[in-house]
Amino acid sequence: MAEAYTRRSALQHFGLTAAAAKSDVAGAEIVIGESAHRAIVNIRGNSSDAAFIAAVKSVTGVDLPVKPNTTAQSGAFRVLWLGPAEWWVVTTGGTEEKLVADLRQAFAGQHAAVVDVSESRTVITISGASARDVLARGCSLDLHPRAFGPGQCAQTGLTKANILLDQTDATPSFDIYVLKSFGDYLWQWFWLIGRDYKFAIKAQ
Amino acid sequence: MLLISCPHCGPRDEHEFAYGHEAHIARPTLDQQNTMSDAEWADYLFMRKNPKGVHFERWVHARGCRQWFNVARHTVTHEIIKVYPMGEPAPKLEQK
Ligand SMILES: [Zn+2]
Repeated sequence: MAEAYTRRSALQHFGLTAAAAKSDVAGAEIVIGESAHRAIVNIRGNSSDAAFIAAVKSVTGVDLPVKPNTTAQSGAFRVLWLGPAEWWVVTTGGTEEKLVADLRQAFAGQHAAVVDVSESRTVITISGASARDVLARGCSLDLHPRAFGPGQCAQTGLTKANILLDQTDATPSFDIYVLKSFGDYLWQWFWLIGRDYKFAIKAQ
Repeated sequence: MLLISCPHCGPRDEHEFAYGHEAHIARPTLDQQNTMSDAEWADYLFMRKNPKGVHFERWVHARGCRQWFNVARHTVTHEIIKVYPMGEPAPKLEQK
C-alpha cells in the first residue's frame, strides 16, 4: 500500500514547537524561528518587456521589482529580485501548484520560465535589537540601516551557507532563505552564536 | 580579500565570486577547428597570459545574482581598475 506523503520541515528534529513554549520572547534580544513550507516559485523573464511585467502583476498584484536586490509585496505575494532576469514569487504554502499554473498561463507565448522551488528551501526568521549583531558574525554585508533596510534583499553567504536575506521590517526582522540541506547546519550556528545573547525561539 | 563591485549588486566580498580566468578568448569557429593545427588548438585551450600588470579577466557573482562580467585587475596591487559587461571589448587603459 502506498504511504501518504507527509511534509516535514527541515528543522523539525530540533523540536522547536516545544522549545518555543518555554521561551521568553518578551525579554529577548533576538527571536529566531522557522517559517517552513512557504510557496516559492522561481520566474525568469525579460524585465524590459511590458507584457512580462503585466503578467506578473495580473497574477500577484505586485509591481515587479526591477531594481537589484529589492523586494515588493502585494497582499500575500512577495516578489524578490534574484538577478536581472530572475525573481522569486513567495506566498502562502500549499498554493504553489495554483501559482505555477496561473503564472504559466499569464506568460503564455512569452520567453519566460516558471519553476516551483518551494521544496528546496526553508526559512529561518530572526528578529530583535541584536539581530544585526548576530548576522554580522557570519555575513560580510553591511546591514547598518543606512545601507540595508526593509524592502531590500540580498543573496550572500552566512557563515558557510548560501542564503537569501530579506529584511521584512525595521525591528529589524529578517527572513533567511536557505537550502533545506543546510538548515540543520545554519540552525546550529544560530544556536551557538545566539547563546551570547538573550535569545528566544518563536513557534511558526 | 578583494572587494569586487558586481555591476548589479555593488561591492561584495571576494568570497561571493568565482574566478573565470582570462577574458576575451574567442572559441575558434567550426571551420577554424577543422583546419587549425594541434599547436593552435593547444594554444586556445591551455595557453594563458600571465602578466605582471593589468589583467583582463572574467568573474561571476556566484553566491549573489549569478551574473558574469569582466574585470581589469592589476596583478601586483590587486587594484580593480574597471568592471565592464560581458561582450564588451577590453578597455584601453593607461599602463600603470
Ligand atoms: Zn551580483
